[in-house]
Amino acid sequence: MKRNTFYIVLSAVAMLSILLSACGTAATPTTSAPAPATSAPAAKRTYVLVPKNLGNPYFDAANTGAQKAATELGVTVLYQGPTTADATAQITMLNALIAQKVSGLAISADDADALVPTGQAAIAAGIPVVTWDSNIAKGGTQLFVNQADTQGIGDSQVQMALQITGPDGGEIAILSATAQAPNQNAWIEVMKTDLAKPEYAKLKLDTIVYGNDDDTTSYNQALALIKTYPALKVIVAPTSVGIAAAARAVKDQNLTGKVFVTGLGTPNALRDYVKSNIIPEFALWNVPDLGYLTIYALDAIASGKIKGNPGDTFTAGTLGSYTIAPDNTILLGKPFIFNKDVIDKFNF
Amino acid sequence: MKASTVSSTAAASQPANQINVNAPRKSFLARFQRWEWMLVALVVIAIVINSRLTPYFLNAQNLSRTSADFMELGLMMLPMVFIIITGNIDLSVASNLGMCASFMAVLWNLHVNIWIAAGAGLALATLGGLLNGFLIAKVKLPALVATLGTYAFFRGIAYVLLGDQAGRGYPPAFTYLGQGKIPGTLIPFSVGLFAVLAVVFGLVLHRTTFGRYIFSIGNNENASIYAGVQVARIKMTIYIVSGFMAGLAGLVLAARFGSTRPDIGTGLELTVITAAVLGGVDINGGIGTMPGAVLSLLLIGLVRFGMGLKNVQDQVQSIAIGSLLILSILLASVARTISASGLKFNWRNIATAAAFIIVFAAFFFFFFWSRAPVLKSVFG
Repeated sequence: MKRNTFYIVLSAVAMLSILLSACGTAATPTTSAPAPATSAPAAKRTYVLVPKNLGNPYFDAANTGAQKAATELGVTVLYQGPTTADATAQITMLNALIAQKVSGLAISADDADALVPTGQAAIAAGIPVVTWDSNIAKGGTQLFVNQADTQGIGDSQVQMALQITGPDGGEIAILSATAQAPNQNAWIEVMKTDLAKPEYAKLKLDTIVYGNDDDTTSYNQALALIKTYPALKVIVAPTSVGIAAAARAVKDQNLTGKVFVTGLGTPNALRDYVKSNIIPEFALWNVPDLGYLTIYALDAIASGKIKGNPGDTFTAGTLGSYTIAPDNTILLGKPFIFNKDVIDKFNF
Repeated sequence: MKASTVSSTAAASQPANQINVNAPRKSFLARFQRWEWMLVALVVIAIVINSRLTPYFLNAQNLSRTSADFMELGLMMLPMVFIIITGNIDLSVASNLGMCASFMAVLWNLHVNIWIAAGAGLALATLGGLLNGFLIAKVKLPALVATLGTYAFFRGIAYVLLGDQAGRGYPPAFTYLGQGKIPGTLIPFSVGLFAVLAVVFGLVLHRTTFGRYIFSIGNNENASIYAGVQVARIKMTIYIVSGFMAGLAGLVLAARFGSTRPDIGTGLELTVITAAVLGGVDINGGIGTMPGAVLSLLLIGLVRFGMGLKNVQDQVQSIAIGSLLILSILLASVARTISASGLKFNWRNIATAAAFIIVFAAFFFFFFWSRAPVLKSVFG
């Protein structure tokens, strides 16, 4: 009997120690950024940059820009997200952040609709909410920082193609995702309009093929393009799967220097191809700048400089001045062009 | 602890039950030698520590908002306790939740009345439970395999139904289920719903013959069959109930989100099982109480919320909950081993004790090492 009592007490002590250490771990990840409750001076604002999930190089890159903005603004930016890109976990986390009355939330939403009540609750509690990368549906956010618009991306694809062929132009082909993909189709429409303009008259669009955003299919389609059009100079692939597969096809066929690839992609996946000049340049938005602008926008609202209404103008550090569009968004800017001179500055 | 009267063999292997068997007249202290009291102690500790660490913890508004985050888990946990006590498992609950919510969303998108759509979702989830029950009780598939199959199957149906669409724009009368509060209080409606159902499930488990049959199946299924217990029918019933409750959780979650996507509630089944097992429900069956399971859900909620308030990264939160679970099982099993073999100074016991001391030392070290800055900021 006594022995049992002893072990129960022993267990209780053990569990207590776990629990304490569980709470104690609070210190490890975030002490560099003091919790707002206990140690931050009242004047110092604490914002939270919420990615879709942690451990994703894309979001981590945005965080580097956000931290840069934090240093410039003299605020604290915490980087807190769920382990997996899951709305349930993100909402639980956001509720804990709302409970702390943080100074502002910058959210990349895991689910545009499911986060509406949470966003509304935050705004009702007086916490400004800005979305970036992935928006929350109407009512759940005050401002969306848009990374790119259709026109800008479509323009950049044609400009890069002409840049690669040089003023003499040449034959190009488009390797897209699926035939139904709404984003790609919108960009291709812009590209077609641009190609009809006199400045791009030297570029001849041979065909549009679809790799279905599947690596093998995209690779085979790129091979077929190379075989079918011997004079082909540039494959334009406005999809991250397609651009990597096309570059591999060019490399495998030893056509480096004869056929070039460009389009949309991420630096880490394309670094080697950029350095070996198979992809002289490709476009995407500048992800650190996205985080940087997001924090500046959030700070402008949280500090009361702007209300977050359409027409409001604020200055975002080195990026310059931004005006909120009628649909409550701001546009980061033109797509960013990655080439071998700048690619090593990025890691995502 | 009616389990002990049904089967003394299983009860003897659990120190908490041994008290009942060996000592019909309980001493004052013996009454407190139960896992539930341990959980109560842990809940109190969690509250004290959390309220010491952050001023936002003991805030009715905050507790109210966060409590709603755990009610879907609770609704699915109630029948899960039944199922685990019979020695089975249901891995498909979260997928069934998704199937129910997606079916409702599809009907809502087709302009069906929301309550009819919700009823249809609930009916589909109950059918899902029936399928589980049929596979396990009639076809006699192992519960792990059967529900692993339906886990993928139900989620697949959710995706087929809703695809890349979403259900949204539910009327306020429906979203009240997940977002509303009981009039005149700060208590979310879902918490009230869970509390009522927890009492009902607790009474069924601990105060009815049906509940005693559940324990008897978990302790010895064959003996129960020979004793005339309708084992197949009872298993069927609890899986149907599990399906229904998963559907109900689906409605509450869809109401809380105000929308549905087919991936809704992915992965919740593991937290549900964690809560039940941490609550002292033996994964091998035959042992467990409803108060224990409810307390452990409360504990998980408080610990998670506290860590969230201190901005502990999600990964670390999962590690903490995982450690809590492993240690709770480890301690129970060690205590059982020692009390069964007596406290002898043989090598095995000494090695076990040494291992324990090392683990505790590591935890305490981790505790002080990681908390040093927090201690400074909190206590001055």
